[in-house]
Amino acid sequence: MSWVTLTIDGQTIQVEEGKTVLEVARENGIHIPTLCYHPALEPYGACRLCVVEIIRKGWSSLHTACTHPAWDGLEVKTNSPLVRDVRKTIMGLLLSRCPNVPIIQELAAEYGITAPPFPVEDPTENCILCGLCVRVCNDMVQAHVLNFSGRGVKRQVGPPFMEKTRQCIGCGACTSVCPTGAIEIVLEEAGVYQAKPLGPTAAIYVPTLQAVPRVPVIDTDSCIRFRQQDRTNGAIADACGACQMLCEANAIDFDQEDEFLDLDVGAIVVATGFEMWDATKLSQYSYGKSPNIITGLEFERLSNAGGPTGGEILLADGRKPERVAVIHCVGSRDHNAHEYCSRICCMYSLKQAHLVRDKTGAEVYEFYMDMRAFGKGYEEFYERVQEEGVVMVRGRGAEVEVLPSGKLRVTGEDANLGKLVAADVDMVVLSTAIEAPHDASEVASLFGLGRTPDGFFAEAHPKLRPVETNTDGVFLAGCAQGPKDVPDTVAHAGAAASMALALLGKGEVTISPAIAYVDEQFCSACKTCISLCPYTAIGFVEADNVARVNEALCKGCGTCVATCPAGAITARHFTDAQILAQIEGLFRIPVIEIPNTQYPIPDTQLPPTKESNHER
Amino acid sequence: MPDNGKLKLGLYWAASCGGCEIAIVELREKILIVDQVADILFWPVAMDFKYKDVEAMPDGHIDVCLFNGAIRTSENEHLAHLMRRKSKVLVAFGSCAYEGGIPGLANLFDRQSIFERAYLESPSTDNPQGILPQTSYQAPEGEIHIPKFYNTVKTLGQVEDVDYYLPGCPPQPHQIWAVIEAILSGNLPPKGSVVGANDKTVCDECKHTREEKRIKKFYRIHEIIPDTTQCLFDQGLICAGPATRGGCGALCPQVNMPCRGCYGPAPHQIDQGAALLSAVSSVVAADTEEEAARIVGEIADPIGTFYRFSLPSSLLHRVRLG
Amino acid sequence: MSDNGKFEPRIVGFVCNWCTYAAADTAGISRLQQPPNVDVVRVMCSGRVDPVFILKAFAEGADGVIVSGCHPPGDCHYNSGNYKTFRRMPLIERLLEQYGIEKGRFHWGWISGAEAPKWAQLTRDFTEQVRNLGPLNWKRMFASKEE
Repeated sequence: MSWVTLTIDGQTIQVEEGKTVLEVARENGIHIPTLCYHPALEPYGACRLCVVEIIRKGWSSLHTACTHPAWDGLEVKTNSPLVRDVRKTIMGLLLSRCPNVPIIQELAAEYGITAPPFPVEDPTENCILCGLCVRVCNDMVQAHVLNFSGRGVKRQVGPPFMEKTRQCIGCGACTSVCPTGAIEIVLEEAGVYQAKPLGPTAAIYVPTLQAVPRVPVIDTDSCIRFRQQDRTNGAIADACGACQMLCEANAIDFDQEDEFLDLDVGAIVVATGFEMWDATKLSQYSYGKSPNIITGLEFERLSNAGGPTGGEILLADGRKPERVAVIHCVGSRDHNAHEYCSRICCMYSLKQAHLVRDKTGAEVYEFYMDMRAFGKGYEEFYERVQEEGVVMVRGRGAEVEVLPSGKLRVTGEDANLGKLVAADVDMVVLSTAIEAPHDASEVASLFGLGRTPDGFFAEAHPKLRPVETNTDGVFLAGCAQGPKDVPDTVAHAGAAASMALALLGKGEVTISPAIAYVDEQFCSACKTCISLCPYTAIGFVEADNVARVNEALCKGCGTCVATCPAGAITARHFTDAQILAQIEGLFRIPVIEIPNTQYPIPDTQLPPTKESNHER
Repeated sequence: MPDNGKLKLGLYWAASCGGCEIAIVELREKILIVDQVADILFWPVAMDFKYKDVEAMPDGHIDVCLFNGAIRTSENEHLAHLMRRKSKVLVAFGSCAYEGGIPGLANLFDRQSIFERAYLESPSTDNPQGILPQTSYQAPEGEIHIPKFYNTVKTLGQVEDVDYYLPGCPPQPHQIWAVIEAILSGNLPPKGSVVGANDKTVCDECKHTREEKRIKKFYRIHEIIPDTTQCLFDQGLICAGPATRGGCGALCPQVNMPCRGCYGPAPHQIDQGAALLSAVSSVVAADTEEEAARIVGEIADPIGTFYRFSLPSSLLHRVRLG
Repeated sequence: MSDNGKFEPRIVGFVCNWCTYAAADTAGISRLQQPPNVDVVRVMCSGRVDPVFILKAFAEGADGVIVSGCHPPGDCHYNSGNYKTFRRMPLIERLLEQYGIEKGRFHWGWISGAEAPKWAQLTRDFTEQVRNLGPLNWKRMFASKEE
C-alpha cells in the first residue's frame, strides 16, 4: 500500500492510494456538494455538482471529484471562483429541469439562484438522470429492472418499455438512493410488501432497543441479498451487500450460520423463559377477528418509542382510540386454560392503562378479578392509576364482540355491582398468560429436570431450594421455573449465577454420601451389575477380579444394589437392612382398636413381640 | 456307653432322598478316621436303631447331630425336637434341612392336592376305593398310628433351634470333612453360621468366561448347546450361580449344566429366588416395557426356576393356601 | 378393621425419591384426599426396589403393594433406573400370581412429580381394589393353617 500526498484547499493531506478526490475531501471534512454519489456504488459523474479545479504539473483543469483519482502531487480547489462559477451554471440547469425538488432548490439558493434561469419544459419533472437507481438496481440488487432509455433530451429512467414488470422484487432500494424523491413504490398487492404494523421493519436491525449485545441482525426473509439468493436458487449470490461495503468495522458476514458448539462446562443455568399463551384458544375474546384486539405484548410494541408508530397508541386505521378496555387473566386463573396466576399481568396492565391515559387521554376500563399488586411500590402505583381516572371493573371480562361498526363490545360481570356490564370500546388489550415453552419437556429430558403441574421446571424445593434442580450443577433462572416479574427474575437469575459460580469457585464438588459400594469379600465377579449403571460408575477390575464403584460418578440410584445377586453391593443410607426394617416397622405396631380413639398404643404398653429373624 | 473320649455322633434323615447319607459314605477312606474319632450313636439309614434308644439317652448326650431332610411329617418334627434335646450341637445337614430342598417344592401344593395326585390321579396308581393316608387305623391287632402329613414343608430351622447349617444337595464330601475337622478341633464359628461353604457365590469357582450381561432371549437347557467356555447365564440359560453360595466347586456349570442353586442364598441375601429373579430380569436387553415383558414372559415356572431348593425358607414359604 | 367393621387394607408403596415420592409429597401438601392405608417407603430410584422388598411386605402382612417411579423413557432422574423396574416387575407379577397373590394386590407404574392428583387417585382406587379382594394377611394364613 503506497501513500500519496495532495493538497485540497491548501490543506496537505496524505492518504492511501486508490481513493477518489471526493472521498479524500469527505474524509477530511471538506464539503463538496453532490447528488449522484453513493458510497456503496461506483461513481458515475452524472450530476456534475462535485466539479473541482485540479492543478497538476502547473496545468489547471475542471474535473468531477467523484471520479478523479487522488493522485500524488495534486492541488485541488473545491471552492475557487472558477469552480463556484461553473457549479452555479450546473445548478441553474438542474433547477430548470426540476424546479420543484426541495434539495435542488436549497442547493441552488446557496449559489444565489432562486428561480430557474432557463425555460422549464416540465415542472413536474423530478428526475435528474443521476443514475443512482439504475446502478443500485443493476449492480447491487441485480434485479435489472431499471435502466436508461432514449438519447439527449429524451433520455429517461425506467423499466423496459416503461411497463410494469414482475422482475421488480419491490425491494425499495431505488427509492432509498434516489436523491430527489423521484421514485415511488406503489403497492399493488396489499400486504405483500406492506410494512407490518407491529413487526420488524428493516432487513437489518437491532432486535430490541435494549438488546445485549447491541448488534444488528439480518432478517434473511427481507434482506435483498438473501431474497435474491432464494429467488434464483443461488444463481445471484452477491446481490446488494451495501451493509458489508459500508461497515467500517467489517462486521457483516453473510456466510455466518447457526452453529453447534460443544462446550465442557461445570454448571448450567437453564433460563429458557416462557411463551405467551395463544389467545385464539379461547374464542370468546375474539382475538384475531379485529386488528384492534391486541395482546399485552403487542401493546408494548405499539407504545414503544422504537416501534412502528413511534410510540403513539393508535388504532389500526391510524386514529387515536377514545376508549380502551384491558382484560386481565386471559388464559390464566381459568380452568379452561391455565389454572395458575401469571403474576405479571396485573402490574403490566396497570402500566398500560397508565400509558393509554397519559398518551391519548382515552377512557380506560380494566376488567380484573383481583388486583395482585404484591411488589414493592406496586400498591402505590395501583392507587395512582386509579387516581388517573382509569375505570376499574371488578370481574372477569367475559366476552369481546366485534360490532359491525368496527367497535368492540366488552361484556363482563361487575362483581361489586352484582350485575352484567358492557362497554363499547375502540381497542381491547388482552393480558394473556405466560406459559412454559412448548418444548419444555424436551429441555427437561435433556437436563434431567422435573416439571411442576403447571409445566414449568421444578425447583429442588419450593421454599428452601428455589434455584437448584434435582440435577447437580443445573440451576434455574427466571420464568423457566415459573411466572416472574422483572425484579423477581433479576433476583432469581442472580441467585442462579452465584450458585453456579459458588459451585465452580470451590474447585471441587460435594457428592451425596448416599452412594453404592461393593463389599469385595462377597463380590464373586459375576458381572451382572456392570451393564446396569447409567453412569458407568461401577466397573470391573480385572486385576482384583471384583467390581468396584467409582464414588465420583455414582449418583446413588441403587439399581446395582437391587440387582446384585450376591448381596455384595450396599447402598449407603438405603441399605437392604434399613428398608427391610422399615417394612417390618410398618407392621410392628398394631393399631389396637379402642373405642373412640385411633391412636396406636405406644410400644412400651404392648406385650413383647417376638423379634423377627433374618437369619435362618 | 462308656465315655471313651470319642465324639458322640448322631445322624438322622427326615424328608430327604438319602443322598446326604451317601455323601458321608463318599468320605471314602476317611470314614475310617471318623470311626476312630467318633462313636455313632444313631444312624437309622445305616443300622437298626430304635427311637426309644435315643429317648433313653440323657439330654445333650449326643455331641453332634447331623440332621438331613426337610420337615414333611409329624414324625420328622418329632425327631427334630428329640434330636435337639439329645444333642449338644444340631447341624442342619444338606439343602433340605437347611432351606427345604427339592421336597420343599411341594409347597407349591397342599396336602389334599398332593394326596389326590399321588394316591388317586397318577397313572401308575391303582386305588379303586380311593383310600387316602390316615393318621390312625384300627387294625385287628390294635390301633396303628402313622405320622401326619403336613400341608407345608418346613426347614429344620423353622421347627427347632439349629446351631449350624451345612448346605448342599448333597453337601460335598470335602466340605463335610472340613466341618468334621473343625468340630474335632473345637474351632467352631458362632452359632447360626453356615458352615462348609464359601462367602462368595458359585461364580467365584466357575471357570467360564463372563462378560457384561445383556440378555435378549432366555433358553431352557434342552433348547441350546451352550458354548463350553462362556458363562451360561450370558448365553441366556438361567444359571442360579450368581445368587448361590459357593463351596461346591461349581460342579454343575463345569459340565455345562446351569447351577440349580442347592447351596442356598449368598451370605447377605435373605431370599435366594428374589435375588436371582432380580439379577436375571435386570439384565434383559429391553428398552421398552413391551419388549421387557415379552422377554421375561418366556421364563417358565418362576417359583420352580428361582426357588428350586429354597421355597420353604423363602420369605413367603409357600403358595397361598385355600 | 376400622370402627365400623370395614376391612382396612394395609398397603406398602415403594416410591422413587424424585418422581412419585415428590408427587405423594405434593399430594399431601396440596391436601388431596388420600386413604391412610398406603404406607410409603422411599427409595432413591424405582430401580432400587429389590424384589425382596415386595415379598417382604407381603410376608409381613401387607394386603397390597405399589411400586412407582418416573415415566420411561427419559423422566428418570438417573436416566434409565426405571428401565430395570420395568424389566423386573412383569416377572415379579408372574411370581406373585404363582404364589397365589392376586394381580389386583400388586400395582407397578409411573407417576411423575407433576402428577400429585394421579397419586392421590391411585391410592384411592388401589385401596378400594384391595379392600374388595379382602385380607391377605400372609402371616396369619401361614400360622393358622399350618400343621
